[in-house]
Formats: sequence, structure tokens, C-alpha cells
Amino acid sequence: MSVTLKSEINHLSINKKRISTTFIIRQWQKNKYVYIMAVPVLLYYIIFHYWPMYGAIIAFKDFSPSKGILGSPWCGFDHFEMFFTSYYIVRLIRNTLLLSIYNIIFSFPAPIILALMLNEVRNKYYKSLVQTISYLPHFISLVVIIGMVLEFTSREGLINDIIAIFGIERIPFMIDTKWFRSVYIASDIWQSVGWNSIIYLAALSNINPNLYEAANIDGAGRWRQMLNVTLPGIAPTVIILLILRIGNLMSVGYEKIILMYNPTIYETADVISSFVYRKGILEMSYSYSTAIGLFNSIINFLLLILANTVSRNVSETSLW
Amino acid sequence: MQKRKSISEITFDTINHFILFLLVIITIYPFLYVLFASLSDPLKVLQGGSLLLWPHGFNLDAYKMVFKNPMVMIGYRNTIIYVVTGTAINMLLTSFGAYVLSRRDLYGKSFFMFLIVFTMFFSGGLIPLYLLVNKLNMTNTVWAMVIPGAISTWNLIIMRTSFVSMPESLVESAKMDGANDFYVLFKIILPLSLPIISVMILFYGVSHWNSWFNAMIFLRKRELYPLQLVLREILISNSTDSMTIGITGDVAPVAENIKYATVMVATIPILLIYPFLQKYFVKGVMIGAIKE
Repeated sequence: MSVTLKSEINHLSINKKRISTTFIIRQWQKNKYVYIMAVPVLLYYIIFHYWPMYGAIIAFKDFSPSKGILGSPWCGFDHFEMFFTSYYIVRLIRNTLLLSIYNIIFSFPAPIILALMLNEVRNKYYKSLVQTISYLPHFISLVVIIGMVLEFTSREGLINDIIAIFGIERIPFMIDTKWFRSVYIASDIWQSVGWNSIIYLAALSNINPNLYEAANIDGAGRWRQMLNVTLPGIAPTVIILLILRIGNLMSVGYEKIILMYNPTIYETADVISSFVYRKGILEMSYSYSTAIGLFNSIINFLLLILANTVSRNVSETSLW
Repeated sequence: MQKRKSISEITFDTINHFILFLLVIITIYPFLYVLFASLSDPLKVLQGGSLLLWPHGFNLDAYKMVFKNPMVMIGYRNTIIYVVTGTAINMLLTSFGAYVLSRRDLYGKSFFMFLIVFTMFFSGGLIPLYLLVNKLNMTNTVWAMVIPGAISTWNLIIMRTSFVSMPESLVESAKMDGANDFYVLFKIILPLSLPIISVMILFYGVSHWNSWFNAMIFLRKRELYPLQLVLREILISNSTDSMTIGITGDVAPVAENIKYATVMVATIPILLIYPFLQKYFVKGVMIGAIKE
């Protein structure tokens, strides 16, 4: 996916054709129906993506639905100031960043390792069996997965039953603040490791087999081949995905958090996106939560640009 | 080129196979556990050790309870409606978009492309979208479930990649015969892209099947709830009360059984079709990844 995306972005340099009336008329005659097809698509993007970007200016206003976006009075950076001085900011940024960083340390490499391991399996039936089963959790809905996680981590649940066999005391995982992150990351890996390995397997299948033969002749064993041929072969894919991941450093999806957390563990479980959801949708502080969301989006966007620039200079691989 | 394996290679393979085997067990066991627990006799589970390698007793009451719950049935019906309508809209608009962006000579194409790709990296956020959908009066209608996500930009780009790889001469000759672009898209390009079409239908279909967040924020009427939202009430908000009314004695173990049975009822349709569909999904991701 990322490779495609990269080439798309490279094509974005806008064509500098001369625009004249005759040119426009000829274009329209030639591509009339294509432009007609483009209309609903562009309308969708303008209404459901660009209108909300415009709507985000309510972060600088005291928005009230009855007055509308234009009618509401400006208030400058008041909402941002309120957020930066609020009691929650440290906790929210810490929780968001920690979950993201743990994700990069643990969840990100897991599918790479799995792909490398699958690549070494010579028996193709065993390989496809492992693949089929490891992709499965990706298709089970988050609601069901988290329902299972909550059952399993309860005091009387499966995980406690297992650790009780080894004589360890039962842990009330989901009401203990220090366990939330581990449960979150572990369930994340469990659900997505197989599916995320597909893209690396695709990259692996593109490596020239001659390289392995050459390495073999040079006396490299399986382990050395993996280090010197396979890893460099998938490095560009890894880097692209890592750039995208860093571009999301400040966002942890609200869907999973909202399903998982409860007020007793807000201390470690509440992240920026879930806070935006609670403030905005449950408490209807529209402007305040939009300001937090906007702050979040902008930081992410800047991180993406930064990660891309660093990568382009260091490794010559970049998104654009 | 069969070669005798060295000791180190045998060790390497054995350890590798063993770790992958563990992964398979860790992936499968939770589902097996849920299946066994849902079939077990709740009172027996309470008495004996509860770690299960097989069902304790046999009891289908929990399943009967789940199927008797009217909300589960309503949820199933609504989900099917959302999956069908939503996927149809997705496919129509995504094909249009992919076709437009695959026309080489189109003026303004790079601008459209930028407009679309930019939305992958920057968004207005949850609240402005929420206010927009409210303002469009889509709240409490089917439209709130199918219109805000009418196109997935990832899928659009994958489909475009597939269209671009089609020989240009095909389109040109059709046009010379007087075909317009709608004809070219529906009669030539789409029939030739059946693999990618089926993959896209699967991607979109599964995402509609699993979606709950839009329903949670946009639907207030219970008779519009999709299955996932009903599941959320049962599994996460712990509201099995309505289902256990009328049961004498200890309700807690029955409630646990109902949860496990609910997981199975929600998961079995996917478990049944998954082995047949799995290879198409993988193909889809591969198409997106390989072609440059």
C-alpha cells in the first residue's frame, strides 16, 4: 500500500499546461463524462473532509449551534489556553505518547518478525495454515474483541485462571491503572500481527531470488541471509510504514479506548482522542474539544513532515 | 536442489515452526474457550475449576436466550441493511473516483489527486464532522451510517492502481467506436477488474459489518441499532439484565454464559465464510502493495 501511495504523491506536481478557453472547451468535449463522474466524488470529499476542516475554525470561536459557524463570536486562542492550563493536559499527552511509543516498540516490529519467520517456512501447507489463522482476528469486530478482553482479564476470567495455576495472585487488570497499557498493547498485537505482516510478505516476495543464491555461494547460512538479504530488501517498506506511524504519534484511536476504559483507570487510559469524544459529544463543549482535536491534528501533521524529511536525508526513502 | 540440512538448519527450522505453532494456539484458543464456555452448564462452571479445555456439561440455554432477545434480531436486520446499502454506495463512488484518476489525459487530475490524498494526512476532527452530520439532518437515519464514509481513500487508490494497469488501447478503441466513459467504465473496465472489485466489496462489507461508532453517536432510536451496538450493550455495558429477567436463583453465571454465547452468535457468520474469502483479502492487500 505504502509503495503505491508514494508513487501517487510523487505524481502530485501539478501539470503546467497553458489554460485557454479553447483548451477548456476541448477538454470538456473530450472528457465530459469523466468530469460528470468526478462531481459526486469531489462533492463527497469537499463536504465530508474539507467542510469539517473549515468547521474546525470553531476552535477559535465560542460556537453555539443556534448561531452557526459564521454567527458565533470569535474568541481567539481562549480554548487552547484553557486546554494548556488544564489539569488534564499532562495526563492526556503522557498517556497518548506512551501508548504510541509502546506501540512503536512492541506492535510495530511484531508483524515484521512474523513475516521473516513465515518466509523461512519451507512447507507451504504449514505456512498457509499459520497465515490463515493469524489473519483471522483482524476480521472480528472491535466490540467483540474488547468484549472478550474484558471477560478474560476480569478477576474470574481466563487469564487469572491461568496465572492462578502458577500460584500467582489474581490481578484485577481493568481496574488497576498500571495494567491498562499492557493489556491494550497485547490485545493490539494479538489482533493485528498477522494481518499487518501481509504487506511485509508482499515486499519479501519482490526480493530477487538470485541474491539468496549468491549469498548461499558466498557461504552465508540462513541467519546471515536473513540479515544481509531479506532485511535490506524490506527496509524501504519498513521505513515508509514507520514514517506513517510517526505521523500518527499523537493519535491513539478513540474506538478501542472508549470500549476498553472505565473511569477508575482514566489516569492511564484516557488519551487525547477519547477526551475529545467525552468533552465534545457527551458534554457538548464543541469549541473546546475541537480546539484539542485541531491541536492534535496539527502536531501529527508536523511530525509526519519531520519524519519524512529526516528519512529522506538519512535513508533516501521518503513518502514524497 | 535438495541438499542435506545441517544441524544448525534443523534447529533453526524446529524453533521457527514451534514459535509459529504457539502463535496459532494463542490466536485460536480464545475462540475455543468462548465456544466451550458458552456451551457449558453455568452452575457446573461455578463449582468446578473453570479453566476449560472442553465444555463443562452441555447447555444451550444461553443461546436460546440470545436468540430470544429481540434487539439481537433487530441488530442483525439493520446491519444487513447497512452492509448492503453502504457497500453499494461505496462501490459506485469508488469506481467513479478510480476511473477519473486513472484517465491519463484529464486536465486537473493532479489537483484532484492532491485534494484526495491530503485528506489521508489531515482532518478537521471528530467534532466538526459530528456537527456537520447533525446539520445535514442525517442523525437517526440510515444515511448517517452510509454517507460519511462513502469513500475510503485507501481503497480508492488501490482501485485506481488496478485501473491504471489496464491497457490504454482498450479504452481508446472503445471510444473510437463511439462509447462514452460510462460505457467504458461499466462494460469494459469493471468486468475486467472482477478480482479487485470482489476484494473491494469484501473490504467495504466487513467494515460496515464491524462499524459501531457512527451508530453510537448518530443513532438514538433503538430500532435503528446495528448488531455491533447491541453487542456493545451486552458485552461491554453489562446490560444482560433484560435477558435474564425471569430466571430464578443466581443470575451472575447465566449472565456470563450469555456473553459468551453472544460472542459466538456474532462471530460464527464470519468464521464460516472467512476461510473461503481469506485469499481474496490477501490478494487485495498484495495488489495495493506490489504495483508501483
